[in-house]
Amino acid sequence: MTRFDKLPYLVAIAIVSASSLAYEMLLMRLFSIIQWHHFAYMIISLALLGYGISGTFLALNRDRLIRYFPTVILANLLLFSISIPLCFLLVQQLPFNPLEIVWSPVQLWYLLATYLVLSLPFFFTANVIGLSFYRYKEQVSSLYAADLVGAGFGSIAIIMLLFVVFPEKILIILQLSLLLAALMLSVLGFREQQMKTGRWNVVIISVAVIALIIMPRIDTLSLSPYKSLEQFLTIPNTHVLEQQSSPLGLITIAESPVIPLRHAPGLSLKAVDEPPHQLAVFTDGDGMTAITQFDGERDAISYLDQTTSALPYHFKPLQDVLILGAGTGTDVLQAIYHGSAHIDAVEQNVQIIDLLKHNYADFSGHIYTRPEVQVHLAEARGFVTSSSKSYDLISIPLMDAFGASASGLYSMTENYLYTEQAIQAYLQHLNKDGYLSLTRWVKLPARDMPKLLATVISALKQENIQAAQQILLIRSWQTNTLIVKNGLITDEEITRLKQFCSDRNFDLVFYPGIKEQETNQFNILQQPYFYEATQALLSDQSKAFIDAYKFNIEPATDDKPYVFQFFKWQTLPEILPLLASGGISLLDNGYLILIAALIQALAASLLLIALPLWLWKDKLGIKSGQQESQHALIYFFSLGLAFLFIEIAFIQKFILILQHPIYAITTVISTFLLSAGLGSYVSSRIISNVKKYPILVPISGIAVFASIYMLNIDAITIFLQHQPDQSRFILSILLIMPLGLFMGMPFPMGLARLSLTRPQLIPWAWGVNGFASVISAILATLIAMQFGFMMLVVFAVVLYGMAAYFFPK
Amino acid sequence: MQHVYAYKFVILCLALFLCSAQAFADEHQQQRDILVSLIEKDVGDNSEFLDSNRLTEQVIKAIQTVPRHEFVPLKNRHQAYKNRPLPIGYGQTISQPTIVAIMTDLLHLKNTDRVLEVGTGSGYQAAVLAEITKNVYTIEVVTELAERAVIDLKRTGYDYVKTRIGDGYYGWEEAAPFDAIIVTAASSHIPPPLIKQLKAGGRMIIPVGSQFMVQHLILVTKDAANNVKTRQILPVKFVPLIGKH
Repeated sequence: MTRFDKLPYLVAIAIVSASSLAYEMLLMRLFSIIQWHHFAYMIISLALLGYGISGTFLALNRDRLIRYFPTVILANLLLFSISIPLCFLLVQQLPFNPLEIVWSPVQLWYLLATYLVLSLPFFFTANVIGLSFYRYKEQVSSLYAADLVGAGFGSIAIIMLLFVVFPEKILIILQLSLLLAALMLSVLGFREQQMKTGRWNVVIISVAVIALIIMPRIDTLSLSPYKSLEQFLTIPNTHVLEQQSSPLGLITIAESPVIPLRHAPGLSLKAVDEPPHQLAVFTDGDGMTAITQFDGERDAISYLDQTTSALPYHFKPLQDVLILGAGTGTDVLQAIYHGSAHIDAVEQNVQIIDLLKHNYADFSGHIYTRPEVQVHLAEARGFVTSSSKSYDLISIPLMDAFGASASGLYSMTENYLYTEQAIQAYLQHLNKDGYLSLTRWVKLPARDMPKLLATVISALKQENIQAAQQILLIRSWQTNTLIVKNGLITDEEITRLKQFCSDRNFDLVFYPGIKEQETNQFNILQQPYFYEATQALLSDQSKAFIDAYKFNIEPATDDKPYVFQFFKWQTLPEILPLLASGGISLLDNGYLILIAALIQALAASLLLIALPLWLWKDKLGIKSGQQESQHALIYFFSLGLAFLFIEIAFIQKFILILQHPIYAITTVISTFLLSAGLGSYVSSRIISNVKKYPILVPISGIAVFASIYMLNIDAITIFLQHQPDQSRFILSILLIMPLGLFMGMPFPMGLARLSLTRPQLIPWAWGVNGFASVISAILATLIAMQFGFMMLVVFAVVLYGMAAYFFPK
Repeated sequence: MQHVYAYKFVILCLALFLCSAQAFADEHQQQRDILVSLIEKDVGDNSEFLDSNRLTEQVIKAIQTVPRHEFVPLKNRHQAYKNRPLPIGYGQTISQPTIVAIMTDLLHLKNTDRVLEVGTGSGYQAAVLAEITKNVYTIEVVTELAERAVIDLKRTGYDYVKTRIGDGYYGWEEAAPFDAIIVTAASSHIPPPLIKQLKAGGRMIIPVGSQFMVQHLILVTKDAANNVKTRQILPVKFVPLIGKH
């Protein structure tokens, strides 16, 4: 590259990389809307195999491709831009129904087809970057820097775009940005080659014009008919009132004017009152909640006194109430109904708050602007930690829809609301004799509530609190509510509890001094499972009970915040024969999907990456038994795994610090990528200045910084949580930067070494690294579920250590 | 002479048609018998949740008789006798036969009973109920599904099933009270009007879960004194604790 060509080329690489990362995140969003997010996760992780396949393709055809370098680069850019919308539209035509996977093996083929189609765009983008590494070996550190910096900007850009544009419209934005990069390369990037690019310019502009004409006319999103929004819309006269998009989800407000919605989960069998008129609110076409019409008339919302979550209001007047995850305001209305004087409502989705404050303010009775209600835009845990207030009641209502909960959809999602540390934080913010109220769906066989009980009891034990004297648990056929009191339960409370339950046909599950015959009276289970679980978990035998339970009910912690992960391998042999005969709900499929994704990724990688490389190893210049190639393989594979391990662990740890998943994801990913880009840029100097073992510089840096951060993460978290917003963000970025800087160095240093000794292995190394990244995202979640995030970082440091040992000679 | 040939040809065609129709009918009957034996085995292995250790004869006979394939859209008809839920369009499914059998059994129907179904869907469940009693009332909110079910019920000889298009929340006031109610339409809670329309001593069954996955069944009972209770039933034998039965 001449100095003149370098800048446009690097800018083009940065745009390609930005678009590729943005596309990956966009696909996650789009698939979460048209399907369900755990399948989105699976599909996208596997689609990234395109990177690995590209490595093989380039490794085997490198010299042929290099002869037509500008043409190959421009063609791949053009194909990438065309495939961005096309592959998504194509995949939508496949009749893939994830809900039928257990019943119909053909669905697995549709799934395979889905991610093979989606690997195409990533194949093209990887071709552009991988071939550039090979062509401009001497500039590897600059190219990799451009790649990382581009990805960093891409991660910020897509989050910002998702706030202002509907996700399906972003497809064309990415397409056009790539065509711009292609045009720039065509005009400025290949002067050295004296390439005649007139025809290319015409083609690129034509594609852009065609895209601009066609894309706005295509109705791009077709949701699965089994999502609750689609089912709701089959009811006569229902219609969508409006939609709003953000990175947190696509919010749809819909109305059924003829047949009322009547959304009242957990309603007592003795209830006679119907809910007032309601509007349905869907997130990503599912997880329905409702905005309830309220005209200030208290009687109109009396149905809210007929649910299990109304219990604490019957003990005494509750003046200061905190609702965590207030959503569309049902539980705020419940507190208003019971006359609470001050209600703090915490909600993390700004659009939900805006809808209730503006567009549906009249409909909802201005509940979020009433004098006694204060709404806070914040993540629940973060709000509690940074607040100095205390309350008579802290309530965590039902936030997830039943269907999602029942199918194990959330099993691989981290949740910091129900961990031991969260329970302790809530208790610290309760007034003396105040209540913490947790309401969950009844799931059979019992899973959610035993796990929550195990977590609460363990949290209380750590604080030397007598759990058996301070908790209450009741159950309807549909929901159960657990109360933790900041003080001993009194006889009067027990009397009121019994009255509340008998008036509503709710079952007593636990109160201090309860007898078994008092339980399981109205909503009868085969055995009083919930009572038995509570008694066992409160006893000295709790550990043995948890071990003997057929689902994973280990207490959730901030380090292992997988509250809804119930899967146990030991139980699988018992469940499998029951699947065909109505036992499918015994399977929490989220975890198994992750395992399936890992197996598929390994199988596809062996078939598409390893096998061709082994078959044509002579072509690659790999001789059997040659150690150098094996070393290079381990080196680039370890780097691919370790980089994402650290990135994923840090995203999780910073969710609590930055108090919002979106802020955490954006800040952590972009800071890591941008600082790694800088690290890559300076890595060439380390190679020239450090003669002996240059690789030890970044690896020691990574080991030192990662260890310091992880060993002190609790202190760092508490310190940062108490800083003002701006300083919290700046300090977080400053903390991540040095680690990111070092993490950006090993890959270009390895490639630089290869360029001197075995340049033919460069595309191959790129493919191996790409393949490892695919495995890494899935493996990271599995490791975190099993061992926690702290161990994930330990694994990463060990992998970096291994990489140092196998640095190409 | 030509007339004779034509006549013979028509007879031959008719005979072939009848034979093939009979062959298909036999094949479907055979498939239903296999399906019933599968269901019986499932239920027999895991019958703790039923009040007896096997399905009643009338339920078995109903599953053996109702042509499930007639209620399944053409493209899925080849799977009609598999023991699995199948898509029927509009985001709905025809339930898994095992679940249909268990739900029907749990209603303890007599041939004089009056039954209400909320959520007609394909019409298959209504047909199974109609094999046991002539007094079946069914309501469906999705117009297209309701219209198709009416045609299918009529074609299969269950034209005595009373059908209605509309909101099932308020039940069927004119035909109430009911000895049994089955609610297959999604609802966030058990509609109070339906509890009201259940006779003293009546039984209501509600599957809980999603389209392709029944999580558990809710059996609502009303005693002679009009006290309402529910029983939560897992349709398989499974205890969550190792070593405890």
